[in-house]
Amino acid sequence: MALLEIRNVTRRFGDFTAVDNVSISIEAGEFFTLLGPSGCGKTTLLRMIAGFDLPDAGQILLDGKDMVGTPPEKRPIHTVFQSYALFPHMTVADNIAFPLKMAGTTPDEIKSRVREALDDVRLSNFGNRFPQELSGGQKQRVAFARGLVNRPRLLLLDEPLGALDAKLREEMQIELINLQKERGVTFVFITHAQNEALALSHRIAVMNQGKVEQLDEPSRIYGFPKNRFVADFIGKISIMNAQVLEAAPSHLTLSVAELGEVTAPSKEGIKVGDAGVLAIRPEQVRISHHAEEVELKNHFIGKVRGFLYVGDVTTYIVELPNGARIEALLPNSAPGRAKFFEAGDPVAVSWRHDAGTFLND
Amino acid sequence: MRRSNIWLWSAAALAYAFLYIPLIIVVVYSFNDSKLNAEWVGFTLSWYVALFNNQEMLIAARNSLIIAVSASFLATILGTMAGLAIHRYKLKFLPLLVFTPVAMPEILLGVALLLFFLQVLNLTLGMISIIIAHTTFCIGFVAIIVRARLQGMDESIFEAARDLGASPWQTFRLITLPLIMPAVVAGALMSFTLSIDDFVITFFTKGVGEPILPIQIYTMIKIAVTPEVNAISTLLMLLTLTMIIIAAKLDSGVLRREAK
Ligand SMILES: Nc1ncnc2c1ncn2[C@@H]1O[C@H](COP(=O)(O)OP(=O)(O)OP(=O)(O)O)[C@@H](O)[C@H]1O
Ligand SMILES: [Mg+2]
Repeated sequence: MALLEIRNVTRRFGDFTAVDNVSISIEAGEFFTLLGPSGCGKTTLLRMIAGFDLPDAGQILLDGKDMVGTPPEKRPIHTVFQSYALFPHMTVADNIAFPLKMAGTTPDEIKSRVREALDDVRLSNFGNRFPQELSGGQKQRVAFARGLVNRPRLLLLDEPLGALDAKLREEMQIELINLQKERGVTFVFITHAQNEALALSHRIAVMNQGKVEQLDEPSRIYGFPKNRFVADFIGKISIMNAQVLEAAPSHLTLSVAELGEVTAPSKEGIKVGDAGVLAIRPEQVRISHHAEEVELKNHFIGKVRGFLYVGDVTTYIVELPNGARIEALLPNSAPGRAKFFEAGDPVAVSWRHDAGTFLND
Repeated sequence: MRRSNIWLWSAAALAYAFLYIPLIIVVVYSFNDSKLNAEWVGFTLSWYVALFNNQEMLIAARNSLIIAVSASFLATILGTMAGLAIHRYKLKFLPLLVFTPVAMPEILLGVALLLFFLQVLNLTLGMISIIIAHTTFCIGFVAIIVRARLQGMDESIFEAARDLGASPWQTFRLITLPLIMPAVVAGALMSFTLSIDDFVITFFTKGVGEPILPIQIYTMIKIAVTPEVNAISTLLMLLTLTMIIIAAKLDSGVLRREAK
């Protein structure tokens, strides 16, 4: 049985539907992420799981038990807030001891558990400090320690890394993964940063306007986005209008407007004649000077329109004869060189037969 | 110094002079060894001695203290509750209801309370009616201070407490109350100072019975402004000033530290 089951949950504010018939089931031990743009209903859903808000329709079950009548303090679920929400009048140690005290743990046990928790987040010497005497990253670690110390069944994290700078953020991501692994606590993590979601999660639910657009493992979300929204939202992707010529169980054959035929992985529910787009990631596109060098079946010729150098890689924007643009990513393996192609160069772009994705909505 | 600065400084100096010179004169003459407030004769504490031998004055002071302590106690509890409610339930009419007595002319409030006590409650005027009246106009001040403090705080702190296993009552006792405590104490001190020197409302609601300090002082100066009046005024000023300073320190100091 799933640890947490969200069943057809809907939440409306007036005539606005913030969460729209969402069903998700989360297994014990999972690092589950809700990913979506601002305002898509992530926090609203999380608040209903925590018990601060109730669904207008649908159910939330923990271990198979409906949580509807259970107030937040009675749910074995803890939350890490984006603002950390540390108690400013308590020391770090007292903050961490709070959930234990509320649970009626004995003072001796509290002491050792708090010490352990402080060690776990590398803040052993900070127990006597007050929250306002800590840096952002330290506050964040206290919030994690406080959320985990009483071993909840589920830890909810609402954009906990949102306020940190990029470098610290990356460090904390690694720390989070380790904490989750060590404790075996199930995480439900909210973010609107797609790279963070991909890096941390076992599974991701991509949300948009209150609905779940796709629920899958990171590599599948990235590699096989289910629709235009997911494709656009996660990573960079080039899009070309296309129509299905052949729908075999092993692959699709597509006709790309005014260019020619390509193959793409087969997909459920796609019929011959369907119109849509072919979407392809920049790093899957190879770029070469001459069409003769290309040995892949999927290829077109084009002209380099421009490039974007970001240090480790350079993205080349190639314009195809029909006016569509496709991006190709090349690692900068030659030191001190920002580009291998000049704007205006005639080039060939190609990709593996199973690289692109056909999207019809 | 630039020209405009000179003007600014003089204007400020003048304003403060108008405010504080009368007060300073009262303090100085309370130590003047002369029955007249005319010229400085010499230092004496005899007016303070006389004050402490004045039975009626002592009773008035005691009554005023009882009223101020009771009213500020009640107003602090009710005002804190009102401040919390106004903050929590974003109702439009509630703040209006609580803050109106603060802005209302005292004389209006005095008349209204008098009529209410006599015609609605059928109460005999006395200490009780004064305490109720003072509580009424102090509630608003406490509520304003408490709400201001709540507004500066991160709402998720209270949710975090519930989330981590605290019942609503535990959340109030362990989180909310300690955090608003500086504002509560500031509100209590503020109420005390407002109550102890209130004249208008006390005048309307006191009835004929017990002497009350501000009224007593007024009665005394109807005859003559004696140095004894200066002495009691000085003491009153000292008490009020201390409380205001403590209140200001508590509220702004703690707020500033935690706002970081
Ligand atoms: N109490 C409320 N009353 C009215 N509307 C609300 C309320 N809470 C949330 N909403 C609306 O519901 C929508 C979803 O809000 P929510 O906070 O869940 O978004 P989110 O996905 O967490 O966004 P963000 O990434 O910006 O935090 C928003 O349009 C918001 O304005
Ligand atoms: Mg949110």
